[in-house]
Amino acid sequence: MEQLINMVLLTLLAAITFGIIRVRNLFAVVVLTGAYSFLMASVMIVLDAVDVAMTEASVGAGISTVLALGALYLTRTEEAEPRYSPLLPGIVAAATGAILVWGTWDLPPFGSADTPMNTHVGADYLARNMAETDIPNVVTAVLASYRGFDTLGETTVVFTAGIGVLMLLKRWRRAARRED
Amino acid sequence: MRLDTILRVVVKIFIPFILMFGLYVQLHGDFGPGGGFQAGVIVAAGIILYAIIYGLRAAQRAVPPGLVEILMPLGVAIYAGVGIAGFVTGRNYLDYSNLMHGDMIHGQHWGVFLVEIGVLVTVASTMLAIFYAFAGRGRE
Repeated sequence: MEQLINMVLLTLLAAITFGIIRVRNLFAVVVLTGAYSFLMASVMIVLDAVDVAMTEASVGAGISTVLALGALYLTRTEEAEPRYSPLLPGIVAAATGAILVWGTWDLPPFGSADTPMNTHVGADYLARNMAETDIPNVVTAVLASYRGFDTLGETTVVFTAGIGVLMLLKRWRRAARRED
Repeated sequence: MRLDTILRVVVKIFIPFILMFGLYVQLHGDFGPGGGFQAGVIVAAGIILYAIIYGLRAAQRAVPPGLVEILMPLGVAIYAGVGIAGFVTGRNYLDYSNLMHGDMIHGQHWGVFLVEIGVLVTVASTMLAIFYAFAGRGRE
């Protein structure tokens, strides 16, 4: 059953990807990327990664779609014809994809218990978590307590990225005012 | 979309539920999926929805851009401040074990709770600030 659901989801993902490549109307592309994110969130749920699924649905399908629509409002909604031949980028993309597929051959089978991921710290967290933090959702305990430093870094990255966007867009506004 | 009555009414009914769901995701992150990051995005999405339907100016009256720009560093400061509180209580930076006078589990609960609030504040305000910056550009 799970395999069937995965097949359906991945087929739809591939179809939407081809749609995104083929469609020239950027509004349709934004909507398709939103659908792509929701499908990806469903894949994450099938993989039992509900926290990631929630992030994908809210960030990928929610905020990104809104920001893309906001950007679309400032530009034209038809994609321009490419000025150069797409041959070289196509070759680069195909080669990268081939290398990635080649890389998956060395991966252990999905969910196997004797990988480093499942035998070292992961098992340790699961064993110690309830006694040390009493937080049933181990993901939260690892994110906020055991790996608190990493999450502080992530929060700082979000903050820094926001500051960067604000500086770029606000400077643009001031420069436009000076031209008037 | 100023004149679309159905959208305006539906959005007005929906926004409290979206914000409440954001709080649920935030406060229930210890037991189910979710946490500060997801909750922050959901809260920001609720306000952005308001801005899309009722106009940017109405949203900025409810949540002023100046406040948003104060909240962005405030969340990081809350997070880092909890880390320093770990220092003050005689443990390592970001070690919450001693926050509640030696009761380790209680201290961990409080530490995680406060840190997640820091994440919520920074993520929600950053998303909102980026949206304000994008949406504000078109008018000029």
